Amino acid sequence: MIEVVNINKSFNGTLVLDDITAKFDTGKVNMIIGQSGQGKSVLAKCIVGLHEVDEGSILYDGRNFSELEGNERRDIRKEIGMLFQGSALFDSMTAEQNVMFPLSMLTNMSKKEMQERANFCLDRVNLSGKNKLLPAECSGGMQKRIAIARAISMKPKYLFCDEPNSGLDPKTSIVIDNLIREITYEYGITTVVITHDMNSVIEIGDNIVFIDQGRNCWSGDRNAIITTDNPAINNFVYASEFMKDIKTVLQGKLK
Amino acid sequence: MMLRIIFSRPEKMRIFRYRLMNEIELIGLKSLPIVVLISVFMGGVIALQTAANMDSPLLPEYTIGYITRSSTILEFSPTILSLILAGKIGSNIASEIGTMRVTEQIDALETMGINSLTYLVLPKIVAAVLFFPLILVFSIVLSLVGGWLALVSSGLSNTETYIFGLRSFYLDSDIVYALVKSEVFAFVIVTISSFYGYYTKGGALDVGRSSTQAVVISSVVILICNFFLTQMILL
Repeated sequence: MIEVVNINKSFNGTLVLDDITAKFDTGKVNMIIGQSGQGKSVLAKCIVGLHEVDEGSILYDGRNFSELEGNERRDIRKEIGMLFQGSALFDSMTAEQNVMFPLSMLTNMSKKEMQERANFCLDRVNLSGKNKLLPAECSGGMQKRIAIARAISMKPKYLFCDEPNSGLDPKTSIVIDNLIREITYEYGITTVVITHDMNSVIEIGDNIVFIDQGRNCWSGDRNAIITTDNPAINNFVYASEFMKDIKTVLQGKLK
Repeated sequence: MMLRIIFSRPEKMRIFRYRLMNEIELIGLKSLPIVVLISVFMGGVIALQTAANMDSPLLPEYTIGYITRSSTILEFSPTILSLILAGKIGSNIASEIGTMRVTEQIDALETMGINSLTYLVLPKIVAAVLFFPLILVFSIVLSLVGGWLALVSSGLSNTETYIFGLRSFYLDSDIVYALVKSEVFAFVIVTISSFYGYYTKGGALDVGRSSTQAVVISSVVILICNFFLTQMILL
């Protein structure tokens, strides 16, 4: 479980995260949602340590990450897999080399063992046989799947996905969503997904945290997001007439 | 602060050696064609200009070789070549690391628990510091050959006189001075370019800006260091 407690973060005097407290459960797909520019990605980057928080604590299964330094912090990071918005694959490496990279840097596995693990991970994301492709030769969806394979190669305890569906068509988005959900349940990972794709939220979100103007404005599960009367979340999730109609249908289903 | 992190122990020595070999190829071997071209022609030009300006009958002809050697060892090969390589290597390093920054590849390294500065920058620094002295010696030899070719082909001097000039008033300390300068300049080019690349913020435009800044600042720092090193070592 990951807990963030009373986190504050500002950039050049502008408060971006304002006293955020949230819990992300193990074995569940936890989602951070909100409009663009509300601090979702900053929150995720604070949790993984890419930004330092000004105040507050980040607890990884009780270990206070924000108070750790150097190797102790690095040890926790080795338990984290992260899927970046733009995939962040290493351009000069093939799909297989990208997946093997954390293994070669952080474990003492032999080359054969690393190749077996890379094959397993690529197979898990339905990319078997694509080992030798360079990122530039892959579609956006394939790049995301390679990035997921790389993220799970170290058998992480925590998986962060920053806008996993950005730039993908609806069908490929569903493939990525399902993959994230399957991996989370299969390996009992604490998964945190940052998104504003409401389809993903309704489809795979077990726990949802809604960030508005840098504050934790609402939290609940995917059923609660359908029935909530919170004006801020209704304004965001059901902004269009189409989504309002969907809400009515979904509420009818729940009844 | 950045340097302290760069000089941390690499996670895996095997990977470090592999990256070091790659960087030696990129920074060192791939710079050789331009080094050859510039050194030969600059040596030739130095020799020709010296010969053309020697009007006084009191100056012996071997002075051409002596001045060509001194100019090459003291200034041309360590300083001018470093300025040229700051353009080639500096822009390459800043744009490579800058692109990795804006495409979140550096963030990916950090979230994996890998020290990105040590992984990316240390092999570049070691490769440059190891290879620049070799480039320097290579450049000195080629410049002197270029000077000889220019003089002999133009009939302004002959081989014996030129070689006599090259060997006149020779000081080992000149070579030491040139080697020290090349080491300092190698370090300056790689660290400044890496700094600008690593701290790039934004997109493609900012990568280009970082690359330009890396070259300009490296060049200025090289000139300043050149002045102080000359004061410290030669005077």
